[in-house]
Amino acid sequence: MHASRPLLPGLIEACHAVIASNADHLGELDRAIGDGDHGTNMKRGSEVVYAERDQLGSLPLPEALEKIGMLLVTTIGGAAGPLYGTLLIEMGRGLRAGRGNGVLVETLPQAVAAVARRGRAQAGDKTLLDVLYAVQRAVLKQSPPAEVAAYAMSAARDTISMKALRGRASFLGDRSIGHMDPGACSCALLTGSICRFLEEFPPA
Amino acid sequence: MNNNGANVGIVIVSHSPLIARGTADMVRQMVGDSVPLAWCGGNAEGGLGTNAREILTAITSAWSEAGVAVFVDLGGAETNSEMAIEMLEPARARRVLICNAPIVEGAVMAAAEASGGAALARVVATAEELSP
Repeated sequence: MHASRPLLPGLIEACHAVIASNADHLGELDRAIGDGDHGTNMKRGSEVVYAERDQLGSLPLPEALEKIGMLLVTTIGGAAGPLYGTLLIEMGRGLRAGRGNGVLVETLPQAVAAVARRGRAQAGDKTLLDVLYAVQRAVLKQSPPAEVAAYAMSAARDTISMKALRGRASFLGDRSIGHMDPGACSCALLTGSICRFLEEFPPA
Repeated sequence: MNNNGANVGIVIVSHSPLIARGTADMVRQMVGDSVPLAWCGGNAEGGLGTNAREILTAITSAWSEAGVAVFVDLGGAETNSEMAIEMLEPARARRVLICNAPIVEGAVMAAAEASGGAALARVVATAEELSP
């Protein structure tokens, strides 16, 4: 076990690293069934949050989450900005409101439901929600981090055989089948990176 | 007529700054300057995209006490416009509507209606009649 590291800046670094090394891959996935900007959009967003990681780490967690969410909304743009932004903003608001007795993962269901409303999407529509629902299920049954990450990646792979019903890819209809959804992919990558960090540096 | 003399504002949001600006040009040429008008589009690198903060700025700059009608092109433009509206203070947010209408025709028709002093609901309905 390593010495403890500040949790939030550490998580931000982990997320920044996984997006930086996968931005091209996300762009390729998005060129296949979308408009090709998911990699550059996610990179832009993660860089802005990364640059502010120390300042964000000094804030109370609910406030930090809301601030990160707002940064993502305004810097990622596209459809992913409001979706990832809504997730974090709602988790922050949930914590602040004392939802789930202040346990972060307990705020997931309502945050994920807010993402679904924002995107007007549901399970099986071939979006990042398919991964979020899998993560939510795994986290609520208290699966260990490695297992949560595996569920997330498997849910992202499951989007390959789906037909897109929401987002730009839905314009392609049946032609969207056979490609992994780029939003589902970034969501699984981020989940994996967060889980690896939590395994290596378990919060006290 | 709305009851405060102000005309409804029009905001145009496209992934492409060229489309947004071109649509705004058409509105100006066809309807004149009696309608508050703003546009936004594109991302920070000069590529295609939409962004909630820029949409918020556009809504604020086209603000009218009679309200603002927002015209969008594709999915992300609508999602980001919804976020931008939620960032407004609630009293203003209630007076901004996203139109389900084709962006060019919708904006021109809505602006023509707005220039005659029509209320927000009428302006939006006129544009939405264009949708199948």
